[in-house]
Amino acid sequence: MDAELVVDGNALAGVFGELFQHEMTIARGTCGGCGLVGPLAEARVYAEAPGAVARCPGCSSVLFTIVKGGGRYWLGFDQLRCLEIQAVD
Amino acid sequence: MARAALQRRLSWQLAEVVESIDETPRVRSIVLSAPDWQGHRAGQHVDVRLTAEDGYQAQRSYSIASAPDDHKLVLTVERLDDGEVSPYLVDELRPGDKLELRGPIGGYFAWDADTGGPLLLVGGGSGIVPLMSILRQRIASGSAAAVRLLASWRTSGDIIYATELERCAAVDGVEIVHTLTRESPAGWGGRIGRIDQAMLADVAWPAQTRGLSFVCGPTGLVEAVAAGLVGLGHEPGQIKTERFGPTGG
Repeated sequence: MDAELVVDGNALAGVFGELFQHEMTIARGTCGGCGLVGPLAEARVYAEAPGAVARCPGCSSVLFTIVKGGGRYWLGFDQLRCLEIQAVD
Repeated sequence: MARAALQRRLSWQLAEVVESIDETPRVRSIVLSAPDWQGHRAGQHVDVRLTAEDGYQAQRSYSIASAPDDHKLVLTVERLDDGEVSPYLVDELRPGDKLELRGPIGGYFAWDADTGGPLLLVGGGSGIVPLMSILRQRIASGSAAAVRLLASWRTSGDIIYATELERCAAVDGVEIVHTLTRESPAGWGGRIGRIDQAMLADVAWPAQTRGLSFVCGPTGLVEAVAAGLVGLGHEPGQIKTERFGPTGG
């Protein structure tokens, strides 16, 4: 994989903002591949694909994918085992 | 923390170009008037969308360069020659032109004055833009947070905000360090070479200060700096990173 083609979860903040009310780049995800826990902003993101593929920075497992097209979104969950989202009162 | 965790619904809005400022031959700052703008946090970005006459749309993210307390919205954009959006923004856009944008976006790579410091800001090339927002906010807010900015450039001619950074360096508690990777001009007072662990050992705060580091630039630089800081004992959770790739065009 070409290192220069990879960005990170910060690049997903816009599409997250279309989908979620909460700020998802600071949500902490757990990788089912290696158990690493960290903010989605730190995921390695490959955005050159038809959609975006987010991989674990620890073990490179695919965490989730987001594809937008034809008037809808597809969210695929692979190794993203758990999401911890900060509650707002 | 409500401002960090919850956001308004993102919607596109029209902004008007008030002024454009040449920073370097490849980089321009665009001052925007956006009537519906609700303010931002230092370090956040916006999405910009261009629509061609045939309806084709291209969308890119750009970091906000201005500080929240500046009460204006400024983007700084580097022209990528094969880009779809940045050549238009850098070369064609004129005062009075309208631009479609949405934001602010991103709650991770963001700093608030009440977060404090000490702060280490490390940037490569146009990765300095969100760091400039943080530095400007540190100064505009009157925060006492000690801040060091380490900026990597290919040549001295590539330095963005050069004059302003000189003024910033005179502010109490602010230190600015430049390093050049592709030239070593006569009389250069900064550093030479890529940022590595040895340079970070000189410039970064000692790990025991538990300072906060923000690192933004091309993926290779970000990875090297983050690894270097961890190697010096900094906690990964105290290092915030933002990588940009060719899709920034």
